[in-house]
Amino acid sequence: MAYKHFETIEKHAPLLAILTAVMVSIGGLAEITPLFMEAHSVRAPLGVKPYDPLRLAGRDIYVREGCYLCHSQMIRALRAETERYGHYSIAEESVYDRPFQWGSKRTGPDLARVGGKYSDQWHQLHLMAPRKVVPESNMPGYPWLAQTKLDATDIQARMRGLRKLGDPYSDADIASAPDALKGKTELDALVAYLQGLGIKNEPMAANGQPATDGGEP
Amino acid sequence: MSVTEYYDDKVVRLFLLGAAVWGIIGMSVGVYAAAELMWPALNFDIPWLTFSRIRPDHTFGVIFAFGGSALMGTCYYVVQRTGHTRLALPRLAELTFWGWQLICVLAMTTMPLGITQSKEYAEPEWFIDILIAMVWVSFGVVFFATLGRRRIRHIYVANWYYGAFIIAVGLLHIVNNIALPISLTKSYPVYSGVVDAMVQWWYGHNAVAFFLTAGFLGMMYYFVPRQAQQPLWSYRFSIVNFWALISVYMWAGSHHLMYTALPDWVQSVGMAFSLVLLMPSWGSAANGLLTFNGSWHKLKTDPAAKFMVMSLVFYAAATFEGSMMAIKTVNSLSHYTDWTIAHVHSGSIGWVAMITIGSLYAMAPRALGQPAMYSNKGMEVHFWLHMTGLLLYIGSMWTAGVTEGLMWRATNADGSLTYSFLDSLIAIKPMYLIRWFGGCFVLSGMVVMAWNLWHTAADARAHLIKPIPVPIPEPEPHQVPAPLPAAG
Repeated sequence: MAYKHFETIEKHAPLLAILTAVMVSIGGLAEITPLFMEAHSVRAPLGVKPYDPLRLAGRDIYVREGCYLCHSQMIRALRAETERYGHYSIAEESVYDRPFQWGSKRTGPDLARVGGKYSDQWHQLHLMAPRKVVPESNMPGYPWLAQTKLDATDIQARMRGLRKLGDPYSDADIASAPDALKGKTELDALVAYLQGLGIKNEPMAANGQPATDGGEP
Repeated sequence: MSVTEYYDDKVVRLFLLGAAVWGIIGMSVGVYAAAELMWPALNFDIPWLTFSRIRPDHTFGVIFAFGGSALMGTCYYVVQRTGHTRLALPRLAELTFWGWQLICVLAMTTMPLGITQSKEYAEPEWFIDILIAMVWVSFGVVFFATLGRRRIRHIYVANWYYGAFIIAVGLLHIVNNIALPISLTKSYPVYSGVVDAMVQWWYGHNAVAFFLTAGFLGMMYYFVPRQAQQPLWSYRFSIVNFWALISVYMWAGSHHLMYTALPDWVQSVGMAFSLVLLMPSWGSAANGLLTFNGSWHKLKTDPAAKFMVMSLVFYAAATFEGSMMAIKTVNSLSHYTDWTIAHVHSGSIGWVAMITIGSLYAMAPRALGQPAMYSNKGMEVHFWLHMTGLLLYIGSMWTAGVTEGLMWRATNADGSLTYSFLDSLIAIKPMYLIRWFGGCFVLSGMVVMAWNLWHTAADARAHLIKPIPVPIPEPEPHQVPAPLPAAG
């Protein structure tokens, strides 16, 4: 008898389609909608501003080159992870990340707190030719970054776009952006971005120093 | 009396060709990417040849170009056969073919140029996303319009899965890709940080669920009974599994974010539903395997049946593994390691590729007007190349993954870490070599398949194929066929 009801579904395509759409929507609604409410409470940490122009350009290069495919930016709340990479990551740290760069695979180490662990020069050498710095590394070289100057006009459009999405850039921030990129290469921008990870997105301590030193390399 | 109606198999043949070509391209990129992890100098300092730029090409190439072409082609074939009708809107159907190929070409050429959203399995930028949405809606319109003119009142279960695949993938694609375009080649998503992570993995996991599972289950539910020449083991069981699978899968995405900054309750809900998910997954696998009861002897003679049986075994294995990896304790070891890569390829080379290859070998002769594939030996060789490659691949990546997981968490008596990150990379390097070999085997199998299909398609190339008439069923009291429109 009960099967009769199923028979109705199985003989009517629109009913089948509607019920399917309902069933596939429940899970996502249940898990994602509450986050939108919570997202309102995930605010940027005290003193943390959206990416400055050079680091924003660097971040977009990080995205463009696909770094997230081998490097995570999410230290899990596990003893071995915090020992290796520093304090576990919190939601507030990636509040300006569009899209998020947590990653899913570590062919190389986590980068959430890589900022300040190595010198700028180390990063430059390493990005140009990784095996000159770490002979056993299997990271590809990115020498073209040093040869390309940053596009100073595009950055304003990007900042204006991010402001539309809610990032608090001021008119002055946007107006001065091209100057900040003047004469810089893509390599400079990427290094600036990496050096800010785990530092610039952290709340400042009272003495103006970063609240974390990023742990051991 | 009515005019004879013919099945519309032209678009099916086109998608068959698309699947064969994209399969080889997608897997070639994968083999090259695997080689780069072993020999990193292979990018020759060329941007578009670098691992991080071509890895999305591999995933898009095999999932959406190869898998997508195979799914759309078989979907058009199955919905006609199970409904005893030709395709509705044949021109729109052909447009979906050309549209999908355009999308694949655009995505595969822009991503290596660095035009990417950096959301895994959703890398193509906004203008490609809009094209995908348009073609996808057209695909849905053709499918449901064809269902609407079916002559068999009862909708066969394979179509349920194809229908759910179309509806859910459309929904996932649109929600995950909402972004603000900055220029033609750059956009920023409206979500940021933790919300973006949840939306992305709700999408990412359910792209697996509905693209790589529901769609291919549709393929399975039609071609397995067909090839076994047995009725489905239990029709009612397949219906139960359908509702369970589509409703539970959508909850499981958060298991990709265990121990992260995602709220804890979402992680735990994801883990719980991932465990429940084992039941409908094994239900479908069992239903397919038990359908072979009475036909197991076919495994001796029919390579297509062999592909299907092994695909179901790997479907069961990969879904079991997936549920286990969603347990937080296991995930703490497996996440971020090559175990994930092993799991994905056990599902994709094992389940997805093998059910596709089995179904293509079953469908191709019928769609190409031949009694059988050109070379039975060729199919046999393909099966063993594929199996060898698969086992080398997942065996090496399991070993690598567990090695990494254990080395990363190893501590000395004083609590300090035993190994540096580099130690773990050096330890698994040999596994990267074996994995590359495995990939070469799988790829060479695909080349054998393409050769076999090329020869099977000899008549099609010479335009010698006679269209197959639709069998019009006798009207039954409870099953009145719709009046026939004039055949166009």
